[in-house]
Amino acid sequence: MASKAVITGVADTAVGKVEGSTSLGLQAEAAAAAVADAGLSLGDIDGVLCGYSFTEPHLMLSSVVSEFLGIKPSYSIAVQAGGATACAQVMQAAALIEAGICRHVLAVCGDNRLTGMSRDKAVAALSEVGHAQFERPYGISVPSAYALVAQRYMHDYGVTLEHLAGVAVAHRKHAMRNPKAQMRQPITLEDVAKSKPISTPLRLLDCCLISDGGAAVVISAADAARDTRKHGIGILGTGQMNTHEHIIASPSLTDFGCKQSSRQAFDRAGVTPADIDVAEIYDSFTITLLAELESIGFFARGEAGPAILGGALDLDGQLPCNTHGGLLSYAHSGAAGGMFHVVEAVRQLRGEAKGRQVASPELAFVHGDGGILSAHCSLVLGRN
Amino acid sequence: MSKPLPQPNVVTQRFWSSCKDGRFEFQHCKACGHNQFPPRLTCTACHGADLGWLPSDGRGTVYSFTVVHRAPLESFKADVPYVIAIVALEEGVRAMVNLRGVDPEAVAIGMPIEVFFEPTEGEYPLPQARPR
Ligand SMILES: [Zn+2]
Repeated sequence: MASKAVITGVADTAVGKVEGSTSLGLQAEAAAAAVADAGLSLGDIDGVLCGYSFTEPHLMLSSVVSEFLGIKPSYSIAVQAGGATACAQVMQAAALIEAGICRHVLAVCGDNRLTGMSRDKAVAALSEVGHAQFERPYGISVPSAYALVAQRYMHDYGVTLEHLAGVAVAHRKHAMRNPKAQMRQPITLEDVAKSKPISTPLRLLDCCLISDGGAAVVISAADAARDTRKHGIGILGTGQMNTHEHIIASPSLTDFGCKQSSRQAFDRAGVTPADIDVAEIYDSFTITLLAELESIGFFARGEAGPAILGGALDLDGQLPCNTHGGLLSYAHSGAAGGMFHVVEAVRQLRGEAKGRQVASPELAFVHGDGGILSAHCSLVLGRN
Repeated sequence: MSKPLPQPNVVTQRFWSSCKDGRFEFQHCKACGHNQFPPRLTCTACHGADLGWLPSDGRGTVYSFTVVHRAPLESFKADVPYVIAIVALEEGVRAMVNLRGVDPEAVAIGMPIEVFFEPTEGEYPLPQARPR
């Protein structure tokens, strides 16, 4: 199936501790590199979708970014859906192109969350997503909210601490093949078990990184993509589901909207989970990925943990997943964290993932989740 | 910096005032019978606006829990390790609480609890829970 919207350019900046970086600077660097990757110039961009920033927040961030880049897009808007932001930007870009409103859309994110604010300040800022009256007075944090999911999920489906640790180890194994990754020293199941408790059952190595970094993607109309530098990657299917914001209002602690959002994306692409060659799925915590893999249907309930310990997410496994190292070991810098997943999926489909390339993938699945498994957005991408 | 305290608004004032009187109240939809918490302007099941309030008898079980070892704010650092739980009350609503009066190691899903009210630095006490 030929798609009307294709990804023509991708880029990410250096990640981890990027001394002297700024949110706007990281976004501009990623944007310029993605546009160059597409063989376009910034002047070709007629749509700008940006994310959000903790270190340089602004009411109209998309206008700020466009002004900084020196471009005058005919369509410009900021997207804020937490970890679902990047996928939602790509979904929105595809819709704008399919509607004939834009020809070349720039989707860009970046934040200097590591050097631009203290770790304590980042954790405190994130805790503000808790419900002001019914969660925050109890000392809730994002890790604690995911820990509540983990505890119930382990109880209902026999998931063990070792299964969670297996997710962390699998990501580190991927990151060790990626010279750009923030965390590359090997870790074992025992290292995860011995890492300091954050909010039980989650330990430090069950939690994503805090990083500086930016990422950008150019989405073009298929007919306008003919004169881009590289073969476009088709956006074959997209989907969303939003079930709640706060964990106290979640309809379930074990079944999430990724089920419906992915179904929508698979159906629109005319494929099934079994057809996917490589997946890049949001991994803010080890439990996040495990619950999503099973809710989406890549594994039956309770089976992802043992499969992952057996190597299921590795390059030659049943579902090569988060091949760049994910939020757990590559980097996590706010909205850009989710965009790294999109960038990696495109690199895999193009055959550009040097040293960590999955054997000739045709179809990739990308998923982002925001809040506490609240907002979900899924993409099916393919070589056109 | 002190702990975040509930700031009642037009939707939640009734709930917090009832806490002062020692009652945990939830909303009951007069059209479809749905019980809900936290308070809202409309019913999340049928979207009707005819909501009343009912008191919970404060009995329930632990639906999930976590023992917090790293506090998100300076004001909670002296409390670690503390237990955050989502409790399922017998009337069919769930709420977040801190579990008090229990060894964090001994908490388990399904543990029977009762709600009690804990004074805060502010005007309103917080509903909390302990084993029953
Ligand atoms: Zn109703």
